[in-house]
Amino acid sequence: MTHLLPLALKSAWNRRYTLGLTLIAIALSVTLLLGIERVRQDARDSFAQAVSGTDLVVGARSSPLQLLLYAVFRIGEASNNIGWDSAQALVAHPAVAWTIPLSLGDSHRSFPVLGTTPAYFEHFLYGDKQALKLAQGKRFVGLFDVVLGAEVAERLGYHLGDKITLAHGISEDGPEHGDKPFSVVGILARTGTPVDRTLHIGLEALEAIHLDWQGGAPIPGFAIPPELVKKFNLTPKSVTAVLVGLNTRAGVFAMQRYVANYRDEPLMAVLPGVALSQLWEMMAIAERALLAISALVVVVSFAGLVAVVLAGLGERRRELAILRANGARPRDLLTLLALEGGAVTLAGALVGLMLLTLLTAVLGPWLEAQYGLLLKLALPSVEELRLLGWVVLVGTLASLLPGYRAYRLSLADGLTPRV
Amino acid sequence: MPQPVLSLENLLFRWPDQAAACLDIADFQVAADEQVFIHGESGSGKSTLLNLIAGVLTPQRGNIAALGQPLSALSAAARDRFRVDHIGLIFQQFNLIPYLSVLDNVLLPCRFSARRSQRAGDPKTAAATLLQHLDLDASLWRRPATQLSVGQQQRVAAARALIGQPEIVIADEPTSALDAARQTAFLDLLRRECAAANAALLFVSHDLRLAEGFGRRVEMGQINRATTA
Repeated sequence: MTHLLPLALKSAWNRRYTLGLTLIAIALSVTLLLGIERVRQDARDSFAQAVSGTDLVVGARSSPLQLLLYAVFRIGEASNNIGWDSAQALVAHPAVAWTIPLSLGDSHRSFPVLGTTPAYFEHFLYGDKQALKLAQGKRFVGLFDVVLGAEVAERLGYHLGDKITLAHGISEDGPEHGDKPFSVVGILARTGTPVDRTLHIGLEALEAIHLDWQGGAPIPGFAIPPELVKKFNLTPKSVTAVLVGLNTRAGVFAMQRYVANYRDEPLMAVLPGVALSQLWEMMAIAERALLAISALVVVVSFAGLVAVVLAGLGERRRELAILRANGARPRDLLTLLALEGGAVTLAGALVGLMLLTLLTAVLGPWLEAQYGLLLKLALPSVEELRLLGWVVLVGTLASLLPGYRAYRLSLADGLTPRV
Repeated sequence: MPQPVLSLENLLFRWPDQAAACLDIADFQVAADEQVFIHGESGSGKSTLLNLIAGVLTPQRGNIAALGQPLSALSAAARDRFRVDHIGLIFQQFNLIPYLSVLDNVLLPCRFSARRSQRAGDPKTAAATLLQHLDLDASLWRRPATQLSVGQQQRVAAARALIGQPEIVIADEPTSALDAARQTAFLDLLRRECAAANAALLFVSHDLRLAEGFGRRVEMGQINRATTA
């Protein structure tokens, strides 16, 4: 085998243009395969990073997944709100260490606006139990203060002191709360979670901008100027969800039962980890389908490789006969062709890996900005290496086909090929 | 008579898809150091005979022994090994692997045969010596084989057939692609180098003019009793 390898490499190099095209096809398919695997892995990671240290997410009774997606990831449909009384009842419960009320629904240039309390900055944790940090400025103190996520500030070019207005609803062209501008008082450090894409204001502020609104539109002929809103009761009537931290994790199921049996309105408490694993189960089907499709693309590229090598065999019959005359056994020729295909496959796999790394470096920032998907520039994972191993193995096995053809040809031709 | 390097006895070969025999040879022997000119028109079974001697084809009947070794006693893979160990081959044209350099082409048998490699001593030096003897300038050695003229390519093929001192050299119409002047020059070189290496030479051609200088001349029609050829 070792005496055949230099021959195989030289032979492959001799047909580098046709094999090069095949190599590119293999490289692209490998990029696709590994890219899907990496997006899958990193999407999972960035989802799992988004919330930590929160024991329960409490909201109106609906699908646990829907509540989690909306409250934590700002994805999907708004669920029903829960009454402020219920939120207060949670605060009063002896097992509860802290609560963070969340109120969603408004937006600013398609970034979601979150109404919450200063407890958010105290207790909200992400990643490996990391707390939020302010990169600039301070938390919201005044009624019309807003704290921006890192991505919001960067994309929209906002600085401390800028005035911005919020839009009602989550669509880009919703009606504006134009009469009550907010000023940027703080910008959070980047977290790689949905927090980066969120504008944070106080619950009272959210209440204030909706004082003169009804049914999703301003009440005609009725406007309350910003300086007068403090005369009104700005206690919220409802919130979207409440993040709950318990004194001890052990009480989590008891607390979940307490919430489920709450008398005044139908509530639900969700363990973030459990809801996330539901999400993975749902996504697993799509992930497997994607992986299967990209595996098929790899197989198609191997079909191309086999076709190219097979097509070349016709003109190489004389070369095979010369090798035979000089001592190559038919099985050496089989090995030679398989090595050649294996070398092209290996090179294709490596080029694919490099291409993926390059794409990650170039497109990563854009993906993060556009889809909140954090792609890590990292060495290939064990899973990726295993996929690569399979690719090389299958490619080499596929190359046995032209190898076998060369074997048959050399047996039939002997030393004098009939060409 | 010393033991012949090549001995064919009672040989019968028929292609599987043909009714009549292609080769039917009662007795044919080549002694060591002998230089034999085998004359035959195309279609006289010359190529088939070469494939049989090289152990690529096996006869339906009869024995072929090379250096006293009956080829029929060897497996197909062992015959491949035996061929490269003991026989150097030169063909009509296109003898060289296009993607290998001149030197790598000459070294090819040493790559597959430990015996040839060992008998060559240092294969690269042996190849260099042979190429020099065959009037191939050192500036050509690193070039791809395809950049050489046809005459040069045939001389490279001769060097390859001779490297590692095989006992038998078989040349199948090696000069048919050369002009008359170069034919003679090539033949002289080939015969001289075979003699120097103590190799028996089997030279097959349809061109009787080339037979001059060979110690023995054989007609295909004489040794082959099959009439279909």
